[in-house]
Amino acid sequence: MRVIKAENLAKLYRLGGTRHNSLRDTLMEFVRFKRGDRHELWALDDVSFEVEDGVTLGIIGRNGAGKSTLLKILSRITKPTRGFAEIRGRVGSLLEVGTGFHNELSGRENIYLSGAILGMTRAEIQSKFDEIVAFSEIEKFIDTPVKHYSSGMYMRLAFAVASHLEPDILIVDEVLAVGDTAFQKKCLSKMRDVGKTGRTVLFVSHDMQAINRLCERTIWFKDGRIEQDGETSSVVGAYLHEQSLTGAERVWDDQAAAPGNEHARLRRIRIADESGSSVSSVDIRRPVFVEMTFDALNDKKVLIPNFHFYNDQGVCLFVSHDWSDEWRRTPRRQGTYVARMKIPGNFLAEGSVFVTAAVSTYEPFEIHFVERETIVFTVVDSPDGDTARGDYAGQLHGVVRPLMDWETEFKPKP
Amino acid sequence: MSETSVITRIEPSRAWLGLGLGDLWRYRELLYFLTWRDVKVRYKQTAIGVFWAVLQPALTTVIFAVVFSQVARFESKSLPYPLYVLSGMLPWLFVYNAITFAANSLVGNTNLVTKVYFPRLIVPLAAVLAGLIDLALGFLILVGVMFWYGVHLTAQIALTPLFLLLSVLVALAFGTLFSALNVRFRDVKFALPFVLQVWMFVSPIFYPLDILSERARFVIALNPLTGVLHGFRASLFGEQFNSQVIAISLIGTILLLILSLFVFRNMEDSFADEI
Repeated sequence: MRVIKAENLAKLYRLGGTRHNSLRDTLMEFVRFKRGDRHELWALDDVSFEVEDGVTLGIIGRNGAGKSTLLKILSRITKPTRGFAEIRGRVGSLLEVGTGFHNELSGRENIYLSGAILGMTRAEIQSKFDEIVAFSEIEKFIDTPVKHYSSGMYMRLAFAVASHLEPDILIVDEVLAVGDTAFQKKCLSKMRDVGKTGRTVLFVSHDMQAINRLCERTIWFKDGRIEQDGETSSVVGAYLHEQSLTGAERVWDDQAAAPGNEHARLRRIRIADESGSSVSSVDIRRPVFVEMTFDALNDKKVLIPNFHFYNDQGVCLFVSHDWSDEWRRTPRRQGTYVARMKIPGNFLAEGSVFVTAAVSTYEPFEIHFVERETIVFTVVDSPDGDTARGDYAGQLHGVVRPLMDWETEFKPKP
Repeated sequence: MSETSVITRIEPSRAWLGLGLGDLWRYRELLYFLTWRDVKVRYKQTAIGVFWAVLQPALTTVIFAVVFSQVARFESKSLPYPLYVLSGMLPWLFVYNAITFAANSLVGNTNLVTKVYFPRLIVPLAAVLAGLIDLALGFLILVGVMFWYGVHLTAQIALTPLFLLLSVLVALAFGTLFSALNVRFRDVKFALPFVLQVWMFVSPIFYPLDILSERARFVIALNPLTGVLHGFRASLFGEQFNSQVIAISLIGTILLLILSLFVFRNMEDSFADEI
């Protein structure tokens, strides 16, 4: 039986104009019969697919490819701009850990509140209450306000509630990327049980192992469109293959085909070391330079280059803009610019770092081009003992790995 | 309860077609839980807790009673002046607090609005309903003060809930409207206290209607709160109802409520994108 049918779904976001709205702006626009300069972005573009019941469907793609927008539309949080979707049965969506949790309320109260918000009836929550508490493993603190919980306890309780949802269609966004591994496994297997009992699960993740384990079918989104839709192993394979083709340098020789618009156009993005030569992997102790070469095509626009960094879990590490006084308010003269940003040594954690590069104008807001996760480089930690890792050889957590100053005060025993 | 056969169609927003009351009814349990949450949370981390519900009307009454009986020398015909003020203060503070909480309710629940679906109307609705607990407590105090002044209760007191219900409708009309506008225009946050202040002075809370000229009285009657205050007091103290004032208020409130719901329903589809 078909439970989801999406046809030509599209979602347009108007950026800039709708942000920081004030009555004055709207009145001014109204009076002048014009809409402010707005940047339009098709987050989802002509997406059609169908899902049968009992299927666990994986959804993959880079950041900004439209995955979350799709989930929001199917969860009825936002409306599509075009197209439609038909959904048979009750939908439960987990787009966040602890949806509806209130810090001032106790664990017990939050189970009821969050359960109701996620779509359970009071009777359902009551009948499953003990099971939820047992699953969360926090019986002792069930009457403590959750603001006194550790983040681990908070997450356990939140997942316990979420895992006991019994909708016909369960929509899960990336939320499993956090939490300790053992508990994650417990939730994944609970989810799998849900899939086995004839329910449909839509699962968005950057974790290809989890996708492989859980989903028989996977859709790969790219720039708001479906790139591939099929058996998980082949789609994930194709996706990983494309990821692996991502190099540490990209050059656009044909300027007509290069990313950009009438104001700015991209020429080249690369990773360089201190000597200025292109590299694809860097020593964690050494600084690394991210460099973008672009053309300003007229003398009109203030152009702000910016980089966004993601790890291989799709977690955004940080974003950086060139806010220097020189370029912040001054329109750029026509010509070619090389913008170089330095990431200090002993800052990034080891592993792959994906770089999204963009040039934008902020007043009014406009994106001239954005190349998502277009290059990648690897940060390599050192066994020499002079990094944050020290003498520890095991797995180190954290998205950054700075070398911190430590001080010790010592009073000898008299 | 299996709804497997129910097909939901998701499509671009269309012009307003209905109030969506059916959807609201399906989510009535959520309304209950959100109201319950708002009640529980309102006085959390305050030293004197729910006592504020009593202190707020009591203190304002004392201040107004002292100021206006000494300075402006307002008098209420047969009633002790402080009792007159308190009986106006109760519905006013309910409306005032309900609108203030409701206006900030959607913005204050951004994490819900952007992460899960439910009829958005539930959020300001819960904020308004949560204020009823305070109102009930205040009402008990009011009855106590009436006894203290030796005011006799009449059977007409049974009609007070009707006028309190009307005050709920007034609060809902403005609360939902401002909550929706606040999503797009944060100006609401700054403008609202001012608007409410002006509103308080053009409502017969601490002055009796009959100190006004016939003409002024008609204008003041256009204020939906006038009918609420008059009707509440008349049923409380066994006085004669002015059906004209009540009718104007009732009709005005219903029209306003329809307008607010219309605005709200037309804006709600874009809340998650704009908030």
